Amino acid sequence: MQRTLKSLTVAAGLALAVGGASYATSPALAGTPKNMMVMAMSISDLITLDPAEVFEFTGGEVIANVYDRVMMFEAENLTTLVGGVAESYEVSKDGKTVTLSIRPGQKFHSGNPVRAEDVAFSLRRVIKLKKTPSFIFTQFGWNKDNVDSLIKPVGGKVSITINADFSPALMLNALSAGVGSVVDEKLVMSHEKDGDLGYGWLKNHSAGSGPFSLKTWKSNELVMLEANPSYRHGGPKMSRVVLRHVPEPSAQRLLIEKGDADIARNLTPDQVNGVAGNADLVVDNNPKAALVYIASNNAHPILSKPKVRQALRYLVDYKGMASTFLAGAYKVHQAFWPSGLWGSYDETPFKLDVAKAKSMLAEAGYPDGFKLTIDTLTSAPFPEIAQSVQQTLGKAGIKTEIILSEGKTLWPKYRARKHEIIVARWSPDYVDPHSNADAFAHNPDNRFEAKLTGKLAWRTSWADPAINAQTEAAAMELNLDERLKMYHKLQADVQMQGPFTVMFQRNEQVVRQKNVKGFVSGAIFDLVFYRNVTK
Amino acid sequence: MGRGPSLPPFVGKIVRQVSTLLLTFVGLTAITFIIGRVMPADPVLAIVGDRASAEVYDAMRLQLGLDKPLVVQYVIYLSNILQGDFGKSIMTTREVSEDIIRFFPATLELATVATILGVFVGVPIGVFAAVHQGKMVDHIVRVVALFGYSAPIFWIGMVALLIFYAKLGWLPGPGRIDVFYDGIVEHWSGVILLDSAIQGEWEIFHNAFSHLILPSAMLATYALAYIARMTRSFMLDQLNQEYVLTARVKGLSETTVIWRHAFRNVLVQLITIIGLTYASLLEGSVLTETIFAWPGIGQYITTSLFNADMNAVIGGTIVVGICFVGINLLSDTLYKLADPRARQ
Amino acid sequence: MTDIGSSRTGLRAWLLSETPGSIGQARCQRFYLVWLAFSANPIAMGGLFIILSLVLIAIFAPLITSGDGTEQVLTRRLLPPSAEHWLGTDQLGRDMFDRIVWGSRITLYIVALVGIIVVPIGLLVGTTAGYLGGWVDTILMRITDIFLAFPRLILALAFVSALGPGLDNAVLAIALTTWSPFARIARAETMVIRNSEYILAARVQGASSARILLHHVTPLCLSSVIVRLTLDMAGIILTAAGLGFLGLGAQPPLPEWGAMISAGRQFLLDQWWVPTIPGLAILTVSLGFNLLGDGLRDVLDPRSDS
Repeated sequence: MQRTLKSLTVAAGLALAVGGASYATSPALAGTPKNMMVMAMSISDLITLDPAEVFEFTGGEVIANVYDRVMMFEAENLTTLVGGVAESYEVSKDGKTVTLSIRPGQKFHSGNPVRAEDVAFSLRRVIKLKKTPSFIFTQFGWNKDNVDSLIKPVGGKVSITINADFSPALMLNALSAGVGSVVDEKLVMSHEKDGDLGYGWLKNHSAGSGPFSLKTWKSNELVMLEANPSYRHGGPKMSRVVLRHVPEPSAQRLLIEKGDADIARNLTPDQVNGVAGNADLVVDNNPKAALVYIASNNAHPILSKPKVRQALRYLVDYKGMASTFLAGAYKVHQAFWPSGLWGSYDETPFKLDVAKAKSMLAEAGYPDGFKLTIDTLTSAPFPEIAQSVQQTLGKAGIKTEIILSEGKTLWPKYRARKHEIIVARWSPDYVDPHSNADAFAHNPDNRFEAKLTGKLAWRTSWADPAINAQTEAAAMELNLDERLKMYHKLQADVQMQGPFTVMFQRNEQVVRQKNVKGFVSGAIFDLVFYRNVTK
Repeated sequence: MGRGPSLPPFVGKIVRQVSTLLLTFVGLTAITFIIGRVMPADPVLAIVGDRASAEVYDAMRLQLGLDKPLVVQYVIYLSNILQGDFGKSIMTTREVSEDIIRFFPATLELATVATILGVFVGVPIGVFAAVHQGKMVDHIVRVVALFGYSAPIFWIGMVALLIFYAKLGWLPGPGRIDVFYDGIVEHWSGVILLDSAIQGEWEIFHNAFSHLILPSAMLATYALAYIARMTRSFMLDQLNQEYVLTARVKGLSETTVIWRHAFRNVLVQLITIIGLTYASLLEGSVLTETIFAWPGIGQYITTSLFNADMNAVIGGTIVVGICFVGINLLSDTLYKLADPRARQ
Repeated sequence: MTDIGSSRTGLRAWLLSETPGSIGQARCQRFYLVWLAFSANPIAMGGLFIILSLVLIAIFAPLITSGDGTEQVLTRRLLPPSAEHWLGTDQLGRDMFDRIVWGSRITLYIVALVGIIVVPIGLLVGTTAGYLGGWVDTILMRITDIFLAFPRLILALAFVSALGPGLDNAVLAIALTTWSPFARIARAETMVIRNSEYILAARVQGASSARILLHHVTPLCLSSVIVRLTLDMAGIILTAAGLGFLGLGAQPPLPEWGAMISAGRQFLLDQWWVPTIPGLAILTVSLGFNLLGDGLRDVLDPRSDS
């Protein structure tokens, strides 16, 4: 009897191990196919693929590979703005009107030719749909009533007129943002429903002329792109690109080490150190324009004191963090426009100096410190940064409590000015210092009812008339040397007086298989190119 | 299992169960709905993003109908649900009902295989322990079973992935299927094992099954411990009854006594327990799904929750809740039908 | 029971006397008999040993650690276990031993607080429903059923999301999802008790319903509720750890074990001790509660008692 029972139990217990062993030779473990690039990354932020609406990292990256933009940066040269769908442009003498010539012979994935009408349609569509990124265009004075006359196709060209005090250089930069993507008017309008300009359909379909077209998007699972063999630079080598949703960095690490992913995007610095010994893997470093900063709320009675704000800037262990748990992934940067881009300001006047901070706090009337809450995101490295800041603030007597939240919970609090200090990140929308100056420095109306929620200066209740004037003047300036000087001064002033403690600039560490080459990732989040990848 | 002082007829019991189901349904939706509306995560921001201007924000808030009083919103929502309309998910841009059809089979597959594993290992262990009650083997079996019950699944899952995937290479990594097999099998039931078998795609069946082993084994440890524990307890009950003694006295073999007599009598109780386990695995797979990147309903609900995607959260919760209640009801009914004592 | 021995003297004799002289003595006797059965059960004793160790570690935490487990030394991060750091250091250079020890207080805090909230609510709802019956019973039990039907972890997740992350909110959320089985148990017990002569006698003497519930019914329900609570403790610990793992429980720098696994999981491959040690701690403690609960049930549940 005992034998029967025992054997039964053992048999059942071994079912697992046997099952496991028999699958050891499964073809599934042979790596990824030769003509397919599999990227392990988190795609949970992806909620739309309509270029008039995309404003998240993953979405921005996908549409950059599916749509050609009016103006763009190319994978081969990430720093020079060139024509994309537009072949060339002419600026009128008054600097108000830009005329774009369309590159001949281009085709959408559908086979439709790319026309001036498609360009005008795409740009007007952004204004008419009025989704989040539309502010990039509305600042030029365009609205749904005047856009049809300010942006129009004329004899195979597109004429664009600026209706505000902005330099045309800034406008051309803006046309290289995601909202500058050119969509296939005929295809999109054939899917229009209730006057939505095809919005409902384009959210999860593609109608572009870029190197790839969208094959499938399964939210929180994968995005699959298919090569466009007739792309103007030649068809991509990879016939498929898969963005596979792997939210856990540790799982990404396992996949890349086992060869089940070609590229891993979200490894932490410590994990990157861990794969250093693996001869099959290579780590690429791509400097990014993303910043990590602390914002202190100027409406807070204590934090509104300039001395206190300055003291906070001496209570961060910039070097300590950047040389340990952030090593390789972040470097110290203390101004609002990132290093490596035109107009950057690379001075780092602050370092951890508890004694200096203490004396400043004493001058401000808080020799024994005070209490604060630190809000930040749940994802790495924010909890670690917050804890380090908590420890160094504690050395000056500032007692803090950390609250971790997901972005969807944290941003409403920040936008409603309910935070005390917050550790957050920022990435510019297009490659022009105005993109960040507008966020960090410009706050023309500090009243709560003004609800300038897109601007970080407003969110922190900080408004300085002199700084506002500087920001506006710099955006309008046509002389580049003059403009450069203005941005340096503006950044130095905000660095000393503002409510922000800019701490770090990101360096993306992409881990790839040795044989996977040609993946290009530029400074801005949507400057990522898959088309040159080979295996 | 009988509750209530009097003994209503069997039909009355069913009617009451169904009314419980309905009430539960209303309660489930109400609670989830209220939570969704008071939580600090903002569904409007989930759509428009944190840099949206006030104008864009307000337009979306209006479009979502969030300006109406809470009660009105709830009534609208409830009447939509009754027409089968769970609304659209923000995250996936699809109808929530479509999403559920896509995600639920993954969880069903996982929980079913885990329950089967739990039964095939747990029941023999439980019987074994009962037969040897009080002996060393009994204690060892119980402690080992309790280990499965005590381990944090998110941790043990990570360790298992490390050992069986990264170090030994016996089993494939996280995910439900290798990406290059994705989309080949037609979505018929959504259960890949079933779909691939029906369509004769054995390579895919093989691949999907190998992906299933680790997460279902993790989930099964919990089921196993519970089933083993309950089996032992039920068996002890039977083994101490007089008829067992009588059978032994009559000279029947131990195997016959245990399996033909005692075990047959605990079957009915076991079914209830297995039903309960199955139901709790359906809802309890959240953390397993996170660790194994398993695109199931648990992960769907959690990610939706973090993204303030309340239509998705409520829809998912209702489906899981109804399955939970439904399975309990079913096992309860089976129990009543099979056990003449309980029918009275 | 087994043979109890022949030398009945002093306390032992008093405890085993066949004719107790007072209600107090009778109660003590009952406890002693339970204890005798309990201490003969190695599984239960193992569980008790683990839990007592946990309590002692928590009480003497300041004596056995060198700090409160939050001091960071960035230059000494991710060190393996050594004589200086018995369990190594974590990603911010904090001593893991200190953190585990201080974390035991958080675990006990969660378990105790959930128990304190859940038992009274369960008893109140269950005994009231069971004793009064009728529509009160129907309403209370329907509410209980709704909570029973809810996916537990998901409900807890939703509650914490609504209340905001944090240790106390996590405790509250767990309590909200845990009370319903207690109400069911208390109700079932009450239905058995309410028609007993002892309750009838109290009613005849003119005791109010509230008084009967509080003084006569509740104490009798307590033992089965406590067994259930012990069995649930492991589940509570695992749920709390799960919430911590998802970032909704204790906030940093508190050394809550689930949150420690969550923050340390990226180090599993290279610095195994960072996520492994808190995992083992959770496993040990929840095993302790399971063993204890299993043993207690063996002793108190007449079914498995032969």
